Amino acid sequence: MTTKSRIELDHVTIRFAGDSGDGMQLTGTQFTNTSAIVGNDLATFPDFPAEIRAPAGTLPGVSSFQVQIGEVDIYTPGDEPDVLVAMNPAALKANLAALPKGATLVVDESQFTARNLDKANYASNPLDDGSLDGYRVIKVDISKLTLNALESVEIDNRAKGRCKNFFALGMMYWMYNRPMGPSKDWIERKFAKKPILAEANKLAMTAGFNYANTADLMPSSFEVKPASIEAGTYRSISGNQSLALGLIAASRQAGLPLFLGTYPITPATDILHELAKHKEYGVITFQAEDEIAAICSTIGASYGGGLGITSTSGPGMCLKAEAMGLAVKTELPLIIIDVQRAGPSTGMPTKTEQSDLMLSLYGRHGESPICVISCSRPTDCFDVALEAARIAVTFMTPVILLSDGYIANGTGPWKLPDPDNLPTIHVRRPVDPSEFQPFKRDEEHLARAWAIPGMPGFEHRIGGIEGQENTGNVSYDPVNHARMSQLRADKIQRIAEFIPEQSVSGPEEGDLLVISWGGTYGAVYSAVQQMQRQGKSVAHAHLRYLNPFPKNLESLMRKYKQILVPELNMGQLSKVLKYTYEIPLESYTKIQGQPFKIRELREKIEQMLG
Amino acid sequence: MSQTLTKKDFASDQEVRWCPGCGDYAILNAVQSLMPTLGIPKEKTVFVSGIGCSSRFPYYMSTYGFHTIHGRAAAIATGLKTVNPELSVWVVTGDGDSLSIGGNHFIHAIRRNVDLNVLLFNNEIYGLTKGQYSPTSPTGLVTKSSPFGSLERSFSAASLSIGAEATFFARTIDSEPKYMQEIFARAAAHKGMSVVEILQNCVIFNDGAHKAITDRASKDDMQLRLEHGKPMIFGANRDKGIRLNGITPEVVTLGENGISEADLLIHDERAPEPTLAYFLSRMRSPEFPTPLGVFRSVEAPSFTEKVHQQIEDIRNKKGGGDLRKLLFSGDTWEVKE
Repeated sequence: MTTKSRIELDHVTIRFAGDSGDGMQLTGTQFTNTSAIVGNDLATFPDFPAEIRAPAGTLPGVSSFQVQIGEVDIYTPGDEPDVLVAMNPAALKANLAALPKGATLVVDESQFTARNLDKANYASNPLDDGSLDGYRVIKVDISKLTLNALESVEIDNRAKGRCKNFFALGMMYWMYNRPMGPSKDWIERKFAKKPILAEANKLAMTAGFNYANTADLMPSSFEVKPASIEAGTYRSISGNQSLALGLIAASRQAGLPLFLGTYPITPATDILHELAKHKEYGVITFQAEDEIAAICSTIGASYGGGLGITSTSGPGMCLKAEAMGLAVKTELPLIIIDVQRAGPSTGMPTKTEQSDLMLSLYGRHGESPICVISCSRPTDCFDVALEAARIAVTFMTPVILLSDGYIANGTGPWKLPDPDNLPTIHVRRPVDPSEFQPFKRDEEHLARAWAIPGMPGFEHRIGGIEGQENTGNVSYDPVNHARMSQLRADKIQRIAEFIPEQSVSGPEEGDLLVISWGGTYGAVYSAVQQMQRQGKSVAHAHLRYLNPFPKNLESLMRKYKQILVPELNMGQLSKVLKYTYEIPLESYTKIQGQPFKIRELREKIEQMLG
Repeated sequence: MSQTLTKKDFASDQEVRWCPGCGDYAILNAVQSLMPTLGIPKEKTVFVSGIGCSSRFPYYMSTYGFHTIHGRAAAIATGLKTVNPELSVWVVTGDGDSLSIGGNHFIHAIRRNVDLNVLLFNNEIYGLTKGQYSPTSPTGLVTKSSPFGSLERSFSAASLSIGAEATFFARTIDSEPKYMQEIFARAAAHKGMSVVEILQNCVIFNDGAHKAITDRASKDDMQLRLEHGKPMIFGANRDKGIRLNGITPEVVTLGENGISEADLLIHDERAPEPTLAYFLSRMRSPEFPTPLGVFRSVEAPSFTEKVHQQIEDIRNKKGGGDLRKLLFSGDTWEVKE
């Protein structure tokens, strides 16, 4: 029962930041799930260090979770937080730059001790020295208040201290008028075997909620009303999870056993974790000895009639290149998932980047065309996985599916599809052994039929050496090599006849077309929408298909006076578009391991429109 | 549908293109002769190879075949066998392919005990790239890439396999076709990964690498034929044997210094610990005769079996997968019209 006034907001962005041991990802996830349940649209952005446990209280150890919730459509986790919850000085220091003046800052005052200030390299206490002027600072002794609230609970002080994130969560629940029920249920499930810890966390959360309600620090609470979302059953899902479920669905729709051959690598590993849980679907997960074995075992599985999938990130893509060539030459269906991260080399494993478009298109020796498609947000990974499987099996080709760290770890509310309405994926087997030739193509798709070991009468040999057209027998004939190279290229281009034409959001012709791909979807879409609301003639085309491009892409591009291609790299798509279509365009890039802000894109668009 | 197949039925229509006199011909012949005796239909047999002279092998078989890339045959075969456990999967590879570029896949396939039959052609040289020393070449070997002699210590395929705890390891030689076929049959019968090292002669770049063991004059003194449960006796006059001195094997002569058969090591291919097999793997000419035959053959569940058993167990517990249940799991909520 709140006793204070309530202010309505149409959207708000909150960032929870603390030490990586403080449970900030958990706190953020709880806030997100509860917000989803009350009907907000939302998007999240977890940002955490690669170090599992950097020294407590230091800058490298800071972990954060940002969520934007709204009554309106939400496509990004928000440019800048309206509220920052900082659980210690390091969290404040690492995140303050992202916080606009006027924003609200909730800090755990108990943690601003001389020792912790020193660990965060603060010469003086920012809570006292005026450096936070211009922010609305809410100082709360979160750690101490948590201990007080748990006085009667019979656990040690260390365990009590670990409940402070739930105290902070309780405060946020009050501030944004959310119910505590869903988190209470979650705590009970999580600590079912340790009821005393369940009790402690629930008490801490309630104490935080009540404290916010009664203390004078917070003059009012806020209301973010439910968004007008399409009716249906929803769940909150991350990109990696959604991809994994899409792959299971694809295996079912194609009637092929799922085989994932993979090697652990950030930020792709959660795909393995998710699939490994679902063996009752006949899923085989194979944790290989290295990236090369990961793709090679997958090629073996595809050759044997499985739906072969390998998942990795940039460095692993490099290691897999030779084997991809084998799959191109032998024309086996294969899904290669690249959850991109900042490179080169080890780069910044937990930070996002659209690093591997060029690598995916060209990173193999010889003329080695591969179909490349991409996800745009956590909730479309499911569909993209199904689409990758459809193309791979229909065209007997490897397909590279590009995701990225931002999509993989971000979450959004996903309207659950009806499993009875998923597309069927048709596998074409040869029927007549007397007419069988392993590399004979059907005219429609230019794909060979898929004969697998175990099928009597279709015994044949395939391999990496160039083969004679139709028979596949080893051939060094010069004209045949030219013919086969052309056929392999034509086959990939043929895919364009079997994918949707590129659509735009906005006017069909006009002053500016913004072309994007992958994880920048939300930011670009939002920026273009905002410009459209100002009456500007701007449209947005977001590409799912990167090789081949949709058939109508060129004619579409020619309908606009200017073209802008924003990317989180140094301009990979823009280069490809430039030399493919010879149409002038402007590249706008950011390579900081961080997603675009809507504002950055809006400013660029404004500048181009003059 | 079952008809009696002959050796011919397993030969493809492709012209065999190894150098005249290459040991590979004898190996191909032995494998093609073995196939009809196994009672496995052609369509359920797959030969997977990497790169190298030996790796052309699948093209010459009329079964399913996959000529892959350098060093990766074991990894590709692992995926194949795992997704389709009913197949009889053979890996044809060489010393460069499996012990150098593909070393990692080789030891890990052994470690997992994937149910594959691996034929490792060891000619102690890189043939297809025209004569460079390989990881099994003896130190000092003069080749195109080691004109002043190789400086590297050589790998023993046997020590490596047994070190990785191979459940089956055997060694045979291309000059003895009947014996070779017997050993291949043993490998085929083994459940789990079987590694057969075939001492094979490259007539062009390393002719006579295994001469001491193959020469009529010396071979009986230089071969130790392993027989399970029998003492380790060798020599043209069957008067030499292997005895353990402390923890070191040594060659002894029967009848000398009161040594009798009772003093000799008894071969036990089924010993649960790989120690004895490892002793054998360290015996190299000229100090020792080269052991041929089955070093180790122990029963252990294969990786492939375990993968499918686990799926079956989970299905028995949870029921077959229902996609609707999976999608609608976790915290869901309803949005009304």
